[in-house]
Amino acid sequence: MSRMAVKRAGKTEPKPDGQPWAHDLYDYLRSQNVTQFSYVPDAGHRVMIDRSLADPDAYSVPLATEEEGVALAAGAWLGGGRSVVMMQSSGVGNCINFLSLVKGGRFPFLMFISMRGDFGEGNPWQMPMGQAVEPILAAMGVLCVRIDRPEDVLPTASAALTMAYQSGQAVAVLLTQKLLGAKQF
Amino acid sequence: MARKTDAHEKPPPSKDFTLDRRKAFPALIGDPSDVLFIAGLAGTAKDVADICGKRNNYFALAGVMGGAVSMGLGLALAQPKRRVIVATGDGELIMNVGSLAVCGVMNPPNLAIVCVDNGHYGETGYQKSHTSQGVDLEQIAMGSGIRITRTVNNEGQIVEAARLLRQSNGVSFILLRVAPTPPPSLKRDLDAGRAKDAFRTSLLGA
Repeated sequence: MSRMAVKRAGKTEPKPDGQPWAHDLYDYLRSQNVTQFSYVPDAGHRVMIDRSLADPDAYSVPLATEEEGVALAAGAWLGGGRSVVMMQSSGVGNCINFLSLVKGGRFPFLMFISMRGDFGEGNPWQMPMGQAVEPILAAMGVLCVRIDRPEDVLPTASAALTMAYQSGQAVAVLLTQKLLGAKQF
Repeated sequence: MARKTDAHEKPPPSKDFTLDRRKAFPALIGDPSDVLFIAGLAGTAKDVADICGKRNNYFALAGVMGGAVSMGLGLALAQPKRRVIVATGDGELIMNVGSLAVCGVMNPPNLAIVCVDNGHYGETGYQKSHTSQGVDLEQIAMGSGIRITRTVNNEGQIVEAARLLRQSNGVSFILLRVAPTPPPSLKRDLDAGRAKDAFRTSLLGA
């Protein structure tokens, strides 16, 4: 139902938050001194984006295209900062060449990918990149960890963050459509 | 086939692209020792490496074309007390002009961008770039929300632009128009991991 239709019906039921785990994830990343949150918006990252916008002690960086977030994170690391990138699976394709910087420079790197083109996808345009995410990231030396259930979000994010900032790895956390729900459009 | 210029259109600028980058770039930057630099690939990597010498206060790309501005933004946000200067070529910048829009929105007070614009892809055989065919990167920067911008076409304009680079309290953009002549000639260490570690050790002591 469109927003207008809701108004006409005289009913404005508040939309349930739907992503309680995302608040925990944001709080966890902040507790681990992540201060830069960059993104091309996606519904799967809505809570994280809103939290970063409302956070006076963090930078919320709206990217024009996803690969900028890769370079941004490397620049932040040069300066002793921690910067994570959030994007939809379709944005992974835009990042390929810039991941050379992460691999060649042995930069720690942490990205969060909201999956489309995966479990239960209803839009065929999303399928090619969704299915290519893991092979592409593997080819560029990025380790992938998948999260299917809300209770796995924090332990997996913690493992990924440790692999990135203590072991110097590039790690992608895939928020799957089992976790986020599949879109029918 | 390229579009013909109509008679009523503005003629192309005639006095552009005459400065020698090997003199103009060092003059624009001045003392490099208190600045953190991100340099784009090809020419600007050599411009910056040449003025920094053995210092480790710069990181220069040798690939990842289009990444310099975003990398500089990440560094500037992580090091708000230090002046960060990004040096990038016209060919590199045209590849990711959207990164100027991101800088316009974030507007970090300590970030300055210098585009060394020779109107050509110098590294690959001096093919004409967009900027020698009517594209104006200063106007793109202005339209991207960057409020402090200048184009430097001659030596007389360098002093004011140099002051803006150092003192602006918001992201600044200087378009340095230079002749399509070679950058300084020097051998580079192309290991990005070593360069990253040297930069971090120099800046952070770790």
